[in-house]
Amino acid sequence: MSATTIPSGTKWWNGGRSPFNISYGKVMMWYFLMSDAFTFGAFLISYGTIRFSVNHWADPNQVFNAFPFAGHANLPLAFVSLMTFILIASSVTMVLAVHEGHKMNRKGVEKYMILTIIGGLAFLGCQAWEWTHMITGEHKVLVNRAIETWGTTVTHNPWGLAVSHETLSKLGLAANEHVTTPGPIAFGGYFFGITGFHGFHVFSGVIINLVMYIKTKLGHFDQRGHYEMIEKAGLYWHFVDLVWVFVFLCFYLV
Amino acid sequence: MSSHVSSPEITHAPEHASGTGRIWKTFWVLSILTIIELGLGYYLYSQHGGLSHGFTLATKSLIGILTLAKAYYIVSVFMHLGDEIRNFIMTIIVPLCLFIWFIVAFLWDGNSWKNLRNTDAGSREAPKTEKVEHAPEQGAKH
Repeated sequence: MSATTIPSGTKWWNGGRSPFNISYGKVMMWYFLMSDAFTFGAFLISYGTIRFSVNHWADPNQVFNAFPFAGHANLPLAFVSLMTFILIASSVTMVLAVHEGHKMNRKGVEKYMILTIIGGLAFLGCQAWEWTHMITGEHKVLVNRAIETWGTTVTHNPWGLAVSHETLSKLGLAANEHVTTPGPIAFGGYFFGITGFHGFHVFSGVIINLVMYIKTKLGHFDQRGHYEMIEKAGLYWHFVDLVWVFVFLCFYLV
Repeated sequence: MSSHVSSPEITHAPEHASGTGRIWKTFWVLSILTIIELGLGYYLYSQHGGLSHGFTLATKSLIGILTLAKAYYIVSVFMHLGDEIRNFIMTIIVPLCLFIWFIVAFLWDGNSWKNLRNTDAGSREAPKTEKVEHAPEQGAKH
């Protein structure tokens, strides 16, 4: 569909033209994104290494089973699916904005940029809710033969193995409650660190998209004669979606 | 369609598709792959750890492969890398091959670390079965 009109036998490396046939700005955006991919990759691989090195890790289906306004209903995967679809949808509106830019259709670019920004804000709202829910959660944890109430933070992980009824009664504690042992302390740091770093990318992506929207509205790209800035902002935005695909895999699915 | 060549060094502008069919097709592909992933993830959850270790690992690997397929579609269609020329695609793809070593070496290391801990650095046998205490059923809400 996107057949290029490049004649075969073009000598790309003879000078006088970009050997990659794309502008400097787009090349540099790609190389920035590649380096960012290694940053995220290093974070996720470090997380994987620690997770592989312990016998028991937090079970994502237990940790992420809540949904706003659903009370204590056990809904594993539901909320994070919503977040994933929000980000996929905003990726589609972004690529549609780029498409309208190719057609020099300013109204179309404006419409799809607004939708993309709304998608980004919706995702950030979801993440804010999820973090709040995790930090303020109350879980009974057996610490030094007594029960403490913990949320999930960078210093507290209440998602260890469950303590049996017998153990609880032997310790003289109420045996009808769900009590766990503390889980590996690294869980909170990795979860909040990596989703936070990703969320910060989403936040800066929203800011970039907002700037692009304003510049479109002011007619800067029409004056310039092309909408390449929308393409560059789009590359960044799709990268944010791409990273989420892997965060989703590593933290929520497996 | 206007040419959007922004620099004299760019000699050929790729012919952009006039319709949005490819974009929507990719949207559906991504959605369906996500739904399959969620289905597999939910299946693993619904079995409450009753599946064999190998089968669980195989299912998780399948989810990983589906994730790579999603990544391919995002990069190739949404980011238009598939429309760039081969020279450029290679400068992105070849460095990313470092990830193959990166993932294998570090996960291997993590696993080895666990084995060393479980066996006191190889000085004793690993416990044959791990005793996992299951949560009391009525306490499933938290």
